Amino acid sequence: MKIQDILSKPAEAAGREGPSNKIVLSSRVRLARNLADTPFPGWAKKSVRTETFAHIRDNVMEVEPMRDGFHTGMEDLSTLDKQILVERHFISREHAAKAAGSGMVLSHDEALCVMINEEDHLRMQALLPGLQVDSAWQAIDRLDTALESALDFAFCKRRGYLTACPTNLGTGIRVSAMLHLPGLVLSEQINQIIQAVNKLGLAVRGLHGEGTEALGNVFQVSNQMTLGETESDIVERLNKVLLQIIDHEENARAKLLENKPKMVYNHIGRAYGILANSHSISSKETMNLLSLFRLGIDLGLFPGSRAAVTEELFIITQPAHLQDAQAGKLSAEKRDILRANLLRDQLMKVDRPATPEPGKSKENGG
Amino acid sequence: MLCDICKEKEATVHLTQMVEGKTKKIDLCEDCSKAKGVDDPAGFSLADLLLGLGASQEMEESDSTKEKCPRCGFSQTDFKKTGRLGCPACYDHFDEGVEGLLKSMHKGTRHTGKAPAVWQQTKVYVDRLHSLQAKLDKAVAKEDYEKAARLRDEISRVKSDFSEPKVT
Repeated sequence: MKIQDILSKPAEAAGREGPSNKIVLSSRVRLARNLADTPFPGWAKKSVRTETFAHIRDNVMEVEPMRDGFHTGMEDLSTLDKQILVERHFISREHAAKAAGSGMVLSHDEALCVMINEEDHLRMQALLPGLQVDSAWQAIDRLDTALESALDFAFCKRRGYLTACPTNLGTGIRVSAMLHLPGLVLSEQINQIIQAVNKLGLAVRGLHGEGTEALGNVFQVSNQMTLGETESDIVERLNKVLLQIIDHEENARAKLLENKPKMVYNHIGRAYGILANSHSISSKETMNLLSLFRLGIDLGLFPGSRAAVTEELFIITQPAHLQDAQAGKLSAEKRDILRANLLRDQLMKVDRPATPEPGKSKENGG
Repeated sequence: MLCDICKEKEATVHLTQMVEGKTKKIDLCEDCSKAKGVDDPAGFSLADLLLGLGASQEMEESDSTKEKCPRCGFSQTDFKKTGRLGCPACYDHFDEGVEGLLKSMHKGTRHTGKAPAVWQQTKVYVDRLHSLQAKLDKAVAKEDYEKAARLRDEISRVKSDFSEPKVT
């Protein structure tokens, strides 16, 4: 079994669209749940973990949206398969490190995913394209309600849903959105925004969550507090903040074009130049340049291209996807060469950026 | 990204911690993380790192947490090492310490969100009352009246909670 054959093709995954997709790549809501009277996965003996895994998996598979889904134990996945699931944001990096006694169930449409025996017995997520935090919450709320009649969740009226880590206690909810913010980065306003968002009790992180770098100008904004507020309050508050960030990003892009068009065109043109002509390129550099390419598409500099193209390239140039396409493990050097070949190939179909003539530029000096 | 301590070497260890409900990110190089004991789980409190400095202390200061969780055998030291609890019953057993922790971590210390529909069933309510009553009896027998008073409050809270309209 190869995970790539089960998952949707990268082009299909990248082609899924949602509201405000220019800036909000995806929205996600996850809930942490545990079984009553059972030690948390990190403290349970292996035999107990294996037992609870099977019990949870069987019950999850019974629920309507998961019935025709895909399920697996972590021991049945190769390192590469696990990495691919991480690159698609279906499982966490922590979960990828797990072996027997842990696993996952993924719905057929890939919108719902349940990690079993990660830090908690269940970590279920709804992942939707674009700005759809509320729809994601409703989807996962339904799954949770469907599951609670079959599984006895650890709950106490005062503390809510009991979780392995007190930081998730209560609602067990983590609402997050993945944002593409090149405008705020180029105009050097991103740190101000991050600080302002932090003050509201929200976290800003990199591409793969906790402790990761913001590669490709992609930032993840999420709630931190899970206790003392209702789920809908948390969802609504995050949504409001996201709308403001979208506003700031749009303003930043407009201002940059007005005041420093050459700087913007320079970044985009160089990104295109390297992506279209390099013969060896790291995944980190690729992500950062694809971000600028995408910005160029958003700004109308590549009339024939859609943003989905950059998203697909973003997926297939990540290490595990790249290696799997070549059926096997490759050294970092070989990967960089392969990645460059792939990018040169794809960029052949893209015309050079159509930047407006300097004479036609409307701004009048500065 | 450079190391936050020496500001010279590339940071390879990335930590996020909460201080008074706010996240703090620390990025350390390998040498500095070793110097701080981050790579040695035995010598370093992950609870402090994950939950904010003083988290493990918060747990230590409360008396009720001296014994292991009767349900799963989890101890305070384990919490200090992992920053996680052992089982759902740990929340009851380490309640005092947890309360202090939650104050600095969340908007409130009481759940106001969704509840499982089945939770309203009398069984859970009765179980909870029984366990509290047992604790109260023990406290009275030990002449720990302060604790007994707290438990009495807790019991009336549980009772009033149960008669509250269902939270959805």
